[in-house]
Amino acid sequence: MVSPFAPSTRHLAWGRVHRCTHSVSRPRGVAEARAALAARGHRSLLPYGLGRSYGDCCLNPDGLLLETRGLDRLLSFDAERGIVHCEAGVSLADLLVTVVGRPAPDGGVWFLPVTPGTRFVTVGGAIANDVHGKNHETAGSFGHHLIDLLLLRSDGTIVRCAHDENADLFRATIGGLGLTGLILEARLQLVSVPSLWLENEDLRFEDLEGFFRLAEDSRGWTYTVAWIDCLARGRSLGRGIFSRARHLNDRRPPPPAPRPPRVTVPFDPPISPLNPLTLRLFNTLFYHRLGRRGRRVGVMPFDRVLYPLDGLAEWNRLYGPRGFFQYQCVVPPDGAFSTIARLLETIARTKQGSFLAVLKTLGDRPAPGLLSFPMHGVTLALDFPNRGQPTLALMDALDDIVLAAGGRLYPAKDGRVPAQVFRAGYPLWKRFAELKDPAFSSAFWRRVGEEETAPATERPA
Amino acid sequence: MTTPSRALKIAVFGATSAIAEATLRLWAAQNAQLFLVARDRERLERIAADLTLRGARGVKSFVADFDDPSILAPMLAAMEAALGVPEVALVAFGTLGDQKAIARDPEAVRRTLLTNIVSPAVLLTALAERFEQAGRGCLAVITSVAGDRGRASNYVYGAAKGGLQTFLEGLRHRLAKSQVQVLDIRPGPVDTPMTAHMSKEGFLWATPERVAADILRAVGRRRTVLYTPWFWRWIMLVIRHLPQPLFHRLNI
Ligand SMILES: Cc1cc2nc3c(=O)[nH]c(=O)nc-3n(C[C@H](O)[C@H](O)[C@H](O)COP(=O)(O)OP(=O)(O)OC[C@H]3O[C@@H](n4cnc5c(N)ncnc54)[C@H](O)[C@@H]3O)c2cc1C
Ligand SMILES: NC(=O)c1ccc[n+]([C@@H]2O[C@H](COP(=O)([O-])OP(=O)(O)OC[C@H]3O[C@@H](n4cnc5c(N)ncnc54)[C@H](OP(=O)(O)O)[C@@H]3O)[C@@H](O)[C@H]2O)c1
Repeated sequence: MVSPFAPSTRHLAWGRVHRCTHSVSRPRGVAEARAALAARGHRSLLPYGLGRSYGDCCLNPDGLLLETRGLDRLLSFDAERGIVHCEAGVSLADLLVTVVGRPAPDGGVWFLPVTPGTRFVTVGGAIANDVHGKNHETAGSFGHHLIDLLLLRSDGTIVRCAHDENADLFRATIGGLGLTGLILEARLQLVSVPSLWLENEDLRFEDLEGFFRLAEDSRGWTYTVAWIDCLARGRSLGRGIFSRARHLNDRRPPPPAPRPPRVTVPFDPPISPLNPLTLRLFNTLFYHRLGRRGRRVGVMPFDRVLYPLDGLAEWNRLYGPRGFFQYQCVVPPDGAFSTIARLLETIARTKQGSFLAVLKTLGDRPAPGLLSFPMHGVTLALDFPNRGQPTLALMDALDDIVLAAGGRLYPAKDGRVPAQVFRAGYPLWKRFAELKDPAFSSAFWRRVGEEETAPATERPA
Repeated sequence: MTTPSRALKIAVFGATSAIAEATLRLWAAQNAQLFLVARDRERLERIAADLTLRGARGVKSFVADFDDPSILAPMLAAMEAALGVPEVALVAFGTLGDQKAIARDPEAVRRTLLTNIVSPAVLLTALAERFEQAGRGCLAVITSVAGDRGRASNYVYGAAKGGLQTFLEGLRHRLAKSQVQVLDIRPGPVDTPMTAHMSKEGFLWATPERVAADILRAVGRRRTVLYTPWFWRWIMLVIRHLPQPLFHRLNI
C-alpha cells in the first residue's frame, strides 16, 4: 500500500519563525485516520488544523502531522436548541456561512458563543487551545460551550468525552494542545443573539489608567478590546483606543455573509515593510485616527468588528522571511495596573514595539481545561518581528515580570517559552502529562513538558 | 443570497472524490438539488448531511461501485426518480494508483483501464441517451492533463484518460445538434487523496476548491475543454509538441 504520509516543508505556524519538515497525512474519516496511526512506526503524531497558532504548538518537526482539513463535514444542526454537530476540521468560517444566522426560537438568531480574532480556525484547533474572544467576561472560553467530543487515541480506540463521561480526558483535551489524541467530532452549543449587526464605539484613552476606567465603564458591552500605542512613554504610557461592541437589537435585514479575503500577500517580501520607522508612523497615525473628538460610534456587520484582519489573507508574510513572534500573557487583577505598566515600559525602552498591541480584561469563570490559558485578569498580546537574540532577550525580560505577578503565557501564541516559566504558570501540567496520549507530541511539548528540565533549550534563530 | 425559484438539479458520480466534494459545496451554496453516487457508504452519508447543511435543497444518495455493470440500471432509475434528467451530470471517479507497480502487473493495467475509461464510457453512454432526449444539460467529465501525452510516470492512467478525452470529443460531435454541452475537465496535479503520497513542494499544485470554482464557471459558460488551473493549457501545448529526442530526456 502507498504510504498515507507525504513529506512537507510547507506546514508552518502563523509566525513563520520555525522552519521544519513534517510527514503529513490528511485522513478523510476514521478509517483513514486509523490507517495513518498504523503507519506511524516510531514517529510521534500531532493534529494540525489551519495553522493559525503563532508558535510551535502546532509543529512536530521531523514527526508526523495529521491534517484535519479532510475532516470538515457538518453533521447536524438542532435549530431548536442551537446545537451544531460537526467534524473537527470544520472552520468557524464554515459555521458562519451555514448555521450562524439561522432563526432561534426566542426570536433571535444563532451565533458563535466564542470566537478568536480570525474566523479561519478549525473547531478542533479552537478546542485544543481553548480559545477566547472579546466577550470573555460574559461568555468564558470555547470549552465552556462544548457539549462533547470524540477523541481518537493512538491505540485506535475512540473515546467520547463530556462533562459526565471521561470527564478527566475532557478537561485535558480542552486546551490540550493536540496532545491527548485526534479530536474527530464535536458538538457545540451556539448562543442566540438579537441580530448579526453590532453597535460599536471606539474611544481614545490617554494613558493606562484610562484603559482601566473604560474597561470598568463598559460592563454593558458584550465585546471589548483595546489597542495600545506601545511606543508611547512617560505620561502617555499605555495610551490607545478602546473598542466595545454589542449586538444590535433591531429588525433590519441581516448583513451579507462574510466574504473571502479580497487581497492576499502573495510572497515573503525580502525586506519587511514593518520596520521601526513604519512602526512609529503606524502607531501615531492609529492613535490619532479618531480625530479631535477621540470617539467614533457606528453600526457594522459582526465580521467587520470581530475579524478586522481577515480581509488581508496571509498578512503574516509582511514580517518577511524571518517571521515574527507573538507574546501573550495574562496577569491576575490584583496589581494588574502596575504589572502592565512595567511590561509596557520594558517594551518601550527597547524600542522593539509591536504593531498590534492588544489589551483586554478577562472574566472570572473557572477555566474548563487543565491547561486553559484564560484566567481572571488582564491579557496583553504583542507582535515582535523576529530579530533573533534581542527579541528573545526582550521576551525573557517580560517573562520575569509576568511570573512575579503570578501570570502565564498563551501556548497558542508561543514559540520560545522556557519550561520553568510554562510550569509555573500552569500548575496542573503534571496532571495533564498523565492524561496525554503517549504517541502524540509537539515541539512545544518537548520544550516545556518532557520530564527533565531541558538544558536552556534550542532556540529559533 | 436569493434562492432561485427552481433548484438546479445535479447528479455526481464519484461524490466522495475531493474535487467532486469541493464542487458540490459550491452547488449546495446555490441551493441545488443533488443526487450523489459513491461506493463508500459511511463517507457518502456524511457528505450528504454536510451538503444539506450547506444549503442543498434535497440530497439523495446511492451506493455503487462503478466497475460493477449491474448497478447501471438501478442507479439511473434512482437518479430519474430523484431528479428526472438533471441539468448537470459530473463524472468524477477515477483511480491513479502506483504507476511503478501497475506498469509491470497486467491485472493492475486491466483494473486501471476498467475504472478510468471503460466504466465512465459505459455510464456516459447511458446518460447521453437521456440528455439527448431532454435536449439540454451538461455532461461534465473529469479527465486529466495526463491524457494529453503518454509519459513514463503515468501512461496507463494517461491512456485511459486520453481515451476518455477522445470519447468525449466524439460524444460532443454526436450531440452537437442537440443543446447538450459536453465538458472535458483536465486538471493538472491537485492536492487530493489521490495524490496524498506525493510531495506537494513546488507551485504547480492546485487545491480542489480552485478546480471546483473553474468547473462551475466552465459549466456556466458552456465551455468544451477546461484546463484547470488555466496555465496547463499552455504547458501541455508545449509538452505535446516537444520533439521525441528531447521528450525522452525529460523525467516526467
Ligand atoms: C489573526 C489571529 C487572531 C487570533 N486571535 C485570537 C484570539 O482572539 N483569541 C484566541 O484565543 N486565539 C486567537 N488566535 C489563535 C488561534 O485562535 C489559535 O491558535 C487556534 O488554536 C488556531 O486554530 P487552528 O485550527 O489553526 O489550529 P492549529 O494552529 O493548526 O493547531 C492548534 C493546536 O490545536 C491542535 N489541534 C488542531 N486540530 C485538532 C484536532 N482535530 N484534534 C486535536 N487537536 C487539534 C494542534 O495540534 C495544535 O496544538 C488568533 C490567531 C490569529 C492568526
Ligand atoms: N488529484 C489529481 O491530481 C488529479 C489530476 C487530474 C485529474 N484527476 C481526476 O479527478 C477525479 C477526481 O479525483 P480526486 O483528485 O478528487 O481524487 P479522489 O478524492 O481520490 O477521488 C477519486 C474518487 O473515485 C472513486 N472511485 C474510484 N474507483 C471507483 C469505483 N470503482 N467505484 C466507485 N467509486 C470509485 C473514489 O472512491 P473512494 O473514495 O471510495 O476510494 C474516490 O472518491 C478523478 O477522475 C481523477 O482521475 C485528479
